[in-house]
Amino acid sequence: MLKEGHIRIPAGCAISGIMNKKGEVTSGQEIIKSIAVMHDRSNGLGGGFAAYGIYPEFKNHYALHLFFDDKKVKQETEFLLNKFFSIDLAETIPIRKINAIKNVPLIWRYFVKPKIKEMALHETESEFVVNFIMRINSEVEGAYVFSSGKNMGTFKGVGFPEDIGEFFRLDEYKAYSWTAHGRFPTNTPGWWGGAHPFSLLDWTIVHNGEISSYDANRRYLEMYGYKCTLQTDTEAITYIFDLLLRKFGIPLESAINIVAAPFWSKISRMNPDEQKLFKALRVVFSSLLINGPFSIILGSKNGFMALNDRLKLRSLVAAQKGDNLYIASEESAIREICKNPDKSWAPKGGEPVICLLDGKESLYEFDQVDENEFEHHSVAL
Amino acid sequence: MSINCLTPAFLIERDKDRCIDCQVCVRQCANEAHRWDEEEQRVFSEDANCVNCHRCVVMCPTKALHIKKFPLEFRYNANWTQEAMRAIYLQAETGGVLLTGMGNDRPYPIYWDHMLLNASQVTNPSIDPLREPMELKTYLGRKPDFLKIKNGKLLEDIPPQLELELPIMFSAMSFGSISLNAHKSLAAAAKKAGTYWNTGEGGLHKDLVEHGDHTIVQVASGRFGVDADYLKTAAAIEIKIGQGAKPGIGGHLPGEKVGEEVSQTRMIPLGTDAISPAPHHDIYSIEDLRQLIYSLKEATEYQKPIFVKIAAVHNVAAIASGIVRAGADVVAIDGFRGGTGAAPLRTRDSVGIPIEFALAAVDTRLREEGIRNKVSLVVGGSIRNSSDIVKAVALGADAVYIATSALISLGCHMCQKCYTGKCNWGIATQDPQLTKRLNPEIGAERAANLLKAWAHEIEELLGGMGINALESLRGNRLMLRGIGLTDRELNILGIKAAGE
Repeated sequence: MLKEGHIRIPAGCAISGIMNKKGEVTSGQEIIKSIAVMHDRSNGLGGGFAAYGIYPEFKNHYALHLFFDDKKVKQETEFLLNKFFSIDLAETIPIRKINAIKNVPLIWRYFVKPKIKEMALHETESEFVVNFIMRINSEVEGAYVFSSGKNMGTFKGVGFPEDIGEFFRLDEYKAYSWTAHGRFPTNTPGWWGGAHPFSLLDWTIVHNGEISSYDANRRYLEMYGYKCTLQTDTEAITYIFDLLLRKFGIPLESAINIVAAPFWSKISRMNPDEQKLFKALRVVFSSLLINGPFSIILGSKNGFMALNDRLKLRSLVAAQKGDNLYIASEESAIREICKNPDKSWAPKGGEPVICLLDGKESLYEFDQVDENEFEHHSVAL
Repeated sequence: MSINCLTPAFLIERDKDRCIDCQVCVRQCANEAHRWDEEEQRVFSEDANCVNCHRCVVMCPTKALHIKKFPLEFRYNANWTQEAMRAIYLQAETGGVLLTGMGNDRPYPIYWDHMLLNASQVTNPSIDPLREPMELKTYLGRKPDFLKIKNGKLLEDIPPQLELELPIMFSAMSFGSISLNAHKSLAAAAKKAGTYWNTGEGGLHKDLVEHGDHTIVQVASGRFGVDADYLKTAAAIEIKIGQGAKPGIGGHLPGEKVGEEVSQTRMIPLGTDAISPAPHHDIYSIEDLRQLIYSLKEATEYQKPIFVKIAAVHNVAAIASGIVRAGADVVAIDGFRGGTGAAPLRTRDSVGIPIEFALAAVDTRLREEGIRNKVSLVVGGSIRNSSDIVKAVALGADAVYIATSALISLGCHMCQKCYTGKCNWGIATQDPQLTKRLNPEIGAERAANLLKAWAHEIEELLGGMGINALESLRGNRLMLRGIGLTDRELNILGIKAAGE
């Protein structure tokens, strides 16, 4: 049977997210309880979590989480890692042995910094890291980088999400933002790399749905150097946001209006300035419209954004209590951990719920001189 | 005089019980396949003159006429077929190049019919176009790589775009090759449907200037009818390099078709032959094309998209890439089954490649070079129905051009005799007795109906795939599966086999 990346596998899912705007950290127990309520939305073939703020002692290092099939491929990968990065700590990710989780691969994490001399002349640091990950994931058979941000990490595997949470001892981590995913693939041999969240640099994404625009999105992304090795919607959606926000410097609200574009009928009723912008967004980025059902939580170190497709073909509920914002596929998953929220609501299709840390203005910050990227792209012709 | 070896191609059967000798058939047939015999006081048929255009069959008030293939059996020969022999008889008699009309009719594989579309089941929902919005709106033109946005405002305007309510346009057919009434029908239909029609290389008749905002004007090697007003009136300009039915050769409108109106519209003397050279005499390479593109942009102050139309030939992918880099905003590709008013038979039937392959190859190549999103791709060359369009978009087209289908909607019966100027349906003729048979208002209604019907069908197919905007299908090759194709063919089309 072909594993993920060799074949496209549709999947239904459950998603959940908790965040504290003040940046106060809590353990993973709550998010595990929340996603466990939606047990029936998963089928035991994939579960995972993303956590922000968990590695304060290494907050300036890229924390690379990797799966290896065997020791040989680990050695091969570490050779490449050593070539391009200085590794300040390498260790196995601590786990708890439980019966429900089987066929465990080698799971390691590396806290690294890129070697400046290995970077190409016009490459930014983030591009350098992304290119390295793309290379490992597409070229090194049996190795897979599943987390690569700073002061954050994703933890995932084959099993129900609550079991995965226990397996990775998430009760021992403290984060200000948690997202979780339970998977219901219709057909999968159970590959750990295929579980979600999907992650690239600080971006993580949990997603429920099956997008019908997948190949249109993928083939556009590939023009910009992304390799969609997993053939999953989640991977494509992550790259779309990475391209729009990081590479093109498009503001988040415009990026949302690209992936969940308003209908032309709505655009025709806007004022002339708005109309000009919205028309340009749809005309220029038409291949990045995400069509078909989806509900997603896109996480970054600054916060997260939850979004439905423009027809709202998937369930998504939000709630707020004090400084905490909750998102889940079902309201029950929120009520389980927050009995009486100040308010709860079902966001409309295409209408984002954005939660940012106090003092932050956007999900993405240009921490490099990424302004220069404009110049790179304009000389393409 | 030598003997004429030709036998009739068709047999006209007249049901004597039904025929009332009313002579409608005699008056309707410009080919003189029906004749009134004064002495006998009855109607006779001349089988040899019949082109099987069905005009008499349709018009006969008592339905007394049937046309059949002439039941002449040559001795069986798989190699020397009837067509092969007839061609030789004809050439032996005339010493001329064999002419034909409409598109390639040879039994080459039709790849549209070897591709199947997807539909949603369970894991994602199909969308009902009767209940949910379904968007076919398409913009053709050059796209920048990214946008500069500040404080919710767009800092730079995007280049000019053609706005289409549906991804179908009428392809180029010149005034001269078809009648003014046919042009009027298509122009009005395009306006009604929110799309565009194309003048072809014969200029824009003064009566059609009012439809300028729905008109694509062509600049071809003969430059007929091209002046500043012509360019400024149009919504877009198309440089015609080649056409699918006759790649590599020019055109020839015989002087007898150049009457008063055609002469004025083409800006050539009355009764002179209108000859379009095979290449543009100012384009001998890609850098020359760039100069013409930019001359036209300068002339129209960068307000109009410039199309470049080429025939689908072997190296089409590399040529298209060059055209994008030369500055074209839209690349139009015409496949080898594309129609024509007149083309040498051997060219029509054996030059060029299928549009399905050309489209797949061009889309793939432009993506590999990272320039696909800069331009729009329009394809034509025998788009027969709405599912052909959906498949074309899934392979990578932004929109399609239709011409043969459009003429069929006006009444054409595909007799392939457009080059004779005796079109009994009033389409491919300049004879006032014949052109008046095509009422431009009814023609516009019929052509617009076809577009409307196809748009509905496209919406149904999209909804079935769980897609509610056409752009999400563009280049979405996972929505296609091949059937009855070799690995190599699947590879070129970039699609999987059914069952995979």
